[in-house]
Amino acid sequence: MVTCYHCGENCIDEIIQYDEKSFCCSGCKTVYDILNDNDLSYYYDLERAPGNSPKDQEGKYDYLDNADIVEKLLEFNDLNTQIISLVIPSIHCSSCIWILENLNKLNKAIKSSQVDFPKRSIRISYNCEELSLKELVILLNRIGYEPSISLENYNKKIAEVDRSLIYKLGIAGFAFGNIMFLSFPEYFEVQEFWLDQFKGLFRWLMFGFSLPVVFYSGSDYFISAYKGIRAKILNIDVPIALGIAVLFTRSSAEIILNLGTGFFDSLSGLVFFLLLGRYFQQKTYSFLSFDRDYKSYFPIAVTRLKNSVEEQIQVYKIKKGDRILIRNEELLPMDAILIKGKASIDYSFVTGEADPVMKKSGDKLFAGGRQQGGLIEIEALKPVQQSYLTQLWSNEVFSKNKQSSFQSLTNKISKRFTIAVLSIAILSGLFWLIYDPSKALNVFTAVLIIACPCAIALAAPFTLGNLLRIFGREKFYLKEASVIEQIAKIDTIVFDKTGTITTNKKNSISYEGIELTNSEEEILSGSLRASNHPLSRSLYQLLKKNNIVTPDEFLEHTGKGIASTYMNTSFKIGSADFVKTKSTFTSSAMVKKPEKTSVHISSNNIYKGCFTFSNAYREGVSKLFEELRAKKDLIILSGDNDGERKNLELMLPRETKMLFNQQPGHKLEFIKKLQQSGKTVMMVGDGLNDAGALAQSDVGIVISEDINVFSPACDGILDASVFRKLGAYIELSQNGIKIIKWAFLLSLSYNIIGLSFAVTGHLRPVVAAILMPLSSISIVVFTSVATHLFSRKLSII
Amino acid sequence: MNIIYMLLGISVVVAIIFFAAFIISVKKGQYDDVYTPSVRMLFDDELVKTNQAKNSSDPKEKSN
Repeated sequence: MVTCYHCGENCIDEIIQYDEKSFCCSGCKTVYDILNDNDLSYYYDLERAPGNSPKDQEGKYDYLDNADIVEKLLEFNDLNTQIISLVIPSIHCSSCIWILENLNKLNKAIKSSQVDFPKRSIRISYNCEELSLKELVILLNRIGYEPSISLENYNKKIAEVDRSLIYKLGIAGFAFGNIMFLSFPEYFEVQEFWLDQFKGLFRWLMFGFSLPVVFYSGSDYFISAYKGIRAKILNIDVPIALGIAVLFTRSSAEIILNLGTGFFDSLSGLVFFLLLGRYFQQKTYSFLSFDRDYKSYFPIAVTRLKNSVEEQIQVYKIKKGDRILIRNEELLPMDAILIKGKASIDYSFVTGEADPVMKKSGDKLFAGGRQQGGLIEIEALKPVQQSYLTQLWSNEVFSKNKQSSFQSLTNKISKRFTIAVLSIAILSGLFWLIYDPSKALNVFTAVLIIACPCAIALAAPFTLGNLLRIFGREKFYLKEASVIEQIAKIDTIVFDKTGTITTNKKNSISYEGIELTNSEEEILSGSLRASNHPLSRSLYQLLKKNNIVTPDEFLEHTGKGIASTYMNTSFKIGSADFVKTKSTFTSSAMVKKPEKTSVHISSNNIYKGCFTFSNAYREGVSKLFEELRAKKDLIILSGDNDGERKNLELMLPRETKMLFNQQPGHKLEFIKKLQQSGKTVMMVGDGLNDAGALAQSDVGIVISEDINVFSPACDGILDASVFRKLGAYIELSQNGIKIIKWAFLLSLSYNIIGLSFAVTGHLRPVVAAILMPLSSISIVVFTSVATHLFSRKLSII
Repeated sequence: MNIIYMLLGISVVVAIIFFAAFIISVKKGQYDDVYTPSVRMLFDDELVKTNQAKNSSDPKEKSN
């Protein structure tokens, strides 16, 4: 198979030979041409076949002529300079970065362009007198980098980047290093004249360095501890905040009263390590978005027909009764009535139902449907915000923050820990009060200092942070580290059917009817080749291609089928209604299979037979279910009809429950009921129709064939190619929890050693300064080694 | 040994200068995208080459 020089795809339909290179389509060839003409062919030297085929753009960006919309999209607009940030999902390699940062070679009006690869975005500054935004977007599209502009971009406030954690970490690290340096002479307790002379100065310098550490870097711990106590929860930040406060007051008291050096080194080290853990855990996949709603799917503008003049208006401005034009592949942004044209609406986005629905003039259409076929004219029934689909987002699950109601393992243990530490501190304080009152306060504070659960607080961030990165490498992207703890607790897994356990790409096809002759097959392939309907495309790819002939006559009836003539044979390919001839009414050969997608064929008005498409299941579905059935309840929750029930029953373990014809709202309710009956539910879905269920479930995972394509709000995105590994991921999450527990034991043993010093009244600053970093570092090492050992199993699968 | 006051002063000032540089770099967004620059720095040589190639050959501008 020849692959395209530009995009690397297999050349299926045709091979264009040009400049001694092969291309899969004229689009790819055109891009090559543009780049070559502008001396940008280095693009192809950087990476092999880095390109994307440009998409059809006819009329697609007309709305960018509307100045109001353009104004909302721009980041900066002054006199003749405009700056815009665009998200381009197809950015994927260094060639992409290179070509996009050299846009000024393609058009002189572009002043500069800078790519942010992790965000898949580009910031372009250009001269708007020479180049309009529309021309710029079209230019990007022509070279195969189609920016995604959706309703979400409209009126988007530029989010302030929160960099406070980096500042806090930087300050803590800076102070930690300097304080260690300054306290070094005192560690050795050498009696030297000059050291004694400068002792005071060194101590006050340390005090100065520790101030920003306590009051700025450590402020989060005080706030969180305060909030916890107010909510009557002893979270892990309570003993930490207590430790920091005691460390600081005791150290300050020591240097003011000239009793000793204090524990400023341990104090700043503690805060530094804690923040380091927090920073490590905060791994984000900025090119993925885990909280999208309908806005990221909806168009920003539509074509309104007013007094038979077409105009582009922003979708929020649509009023009831407006006439709207919807083109092929465009999404309906609101509920409407079909006025003119043949509508074939694909609701897979909303319901999961894969087949397009035919609609006649006067029928009601719902928001979220995608028109497939020609132009239609519709009349809006409701404004965008009030349509059926957008109403789904007013459900309270979407405003609730899932994580806040979840109690993490660390916080669970911290309650017992805090109580234990406080009682040890008080008891040993009381003991010394009777035995030797001068030491009582010393011992009391020493216990609180040494028991500060730095290592415990680090166990979870480092274990989960490591797992998060391992999962990310294995194409399982989680929103945040705490999701792993949730996954470990799952006892029920609910799967969507279409797009989740079935693939969107591969269809398996069976043919029933009178066998086609070779020449008939040739005509069939030839006719299908000319058609752009998705079914024709998939059928064409699956047929043998020997001698492809070009039909003499070819007519595509949108939403019905294809009629073609070659030599003396006339062919009809399409839906049952379209193909059926008078003779077939009596013919029993034509079995009606309403629940299956099929393409019927007739030649010279004689019915031949039909190709039936059935869903192809993802590789390893049965194995995965078999693997999971022992420990989890498995449920299939499909928006589709039950045509596949028999197939599924054969494939999946017997105890798998199956529910069909579930509306998005039903799915949400179903999950809620499961949770009320005490289950912890993971929902695995793919489309917007699962959005409610994903939000309601304890863990919502989205399966995606292409992670750059938008997916609904969820906790994690799983690349479809590793679907079969889902069981292994769950197991690894459970092992992660085990690792955290072992790390707790390890850090507790350090605490016990430290406590033995503290209780007996022997805690010297140098002991604290050694123990605290040692315990933290050994926790980091232990969790990293353990998570990587456990994950080795994962990559073997 | 009073020189230690000066040495201390210098060491603290130097430390604070580096610290300020760090804060400024964070503020300017240098830590927002830590991946792209690592790729971009590898391009620079090649860019010059194409520029020269362009200058020497007949500059055909094919603007949009």
